[in-house]
Amino acid sequence: MSNKGSKNLQVKPKQELTSPAEQTRPGSIFTPNVDIFETDHDITLLADMPGVSTENLTIDLRENVLTLTGEVAPFEGANEEDILIEYEIGKYYRQFNLSSVIDQSKIDAKLNDGVLRLTLPKVEEATPRRIEVKTG
Amino acid sequence: MLYKRLFNDPSWGFSKAFSELDRLHREMDALYGALSGGAFPMPSAGVFPLINLTEDNENYYLRAELPGMKSDELDIQVTGEGISISGERKISEEGNTVKYHRRERESGKFSRLINFPGKVDVNIVEASMENGVLSVTIPKSKAAKPRQITVK
Repeated sequence: MSNKGSKNLQVKPKQELTSPAEQTRPGSIFTPNVDIFETDHDITLLADMPGVSTENLTIDLRENVLTLTGEVAPFEGANEEDILIEYEIGKYYRQFNLSSVIDQSKIDAKLNDGVLRLTLPKVEEATPRRIEVKTG
Repeated sequence: MLYKRLFNDPSWGFSKAFSELDRLHREMDALYGALSGGAFPMPSAGVFPLINLTEDNENYYLRAELPGMKSDELDIQVTGEGISISGERKISEEGNTVKYHRRERESGKFSRLINFPGKVDVNIVEASMENGVLSVTIPKSKAAKPRQITVK
């Protein structure tokens, strides 16, 4: 094998969402893979949502619950017949509870090549501040 | 290797002889999945990236989900019978100061070979990347296209 340094990518089947509530419209719902990391000032979320365009992506934040929804248009033409189908397409949906208070006015979202990058700045009070303890 | 070749070759029978069995298998999996609460796996060669291959009278259409990849990061080669797709998915480093909560996205190299059920015309293959989805249109060679015969 000719891989130097980096490992080979393994197949990771899409995770289908198993929700207790059924959707009114039929179709599969998948949970996108995400990376979430935090600095002192913000929380950044990266989500793989291949096939989702900016018009079809909804990001909703209310009462510290972040909801990502992405619609995927069917790719197949009308006359196409399946030969080999290894993945299904469907809606992407995922919810997160955010522990920090987010400054809603400064949220920044970018969608490039099917990857969402969402920057959620923390409000000033939530950024850690060192408290000096005095004696006396 | 034999296993891989068999499963990478769509003409081997996913579509035709085994479609009924495959359907049954999927239904069983779905039933089992519903009982256990888990997602059911699709039939796959187990090689990244997962591929959907379709056809109409004129072309084969290959699609693969490669989020975050640019077209120039992919190496696609077509021969008369098959196509190879390889590349490396890179995930940029975010620096040492960040604290990760979750890391589900993966990086790494990949290479996949798929054989077409029939001969193709290698000269007019078109490939595009849109929103992280690769689409390749591969025209069937003249000999492989169905020909309409008019009865006089």
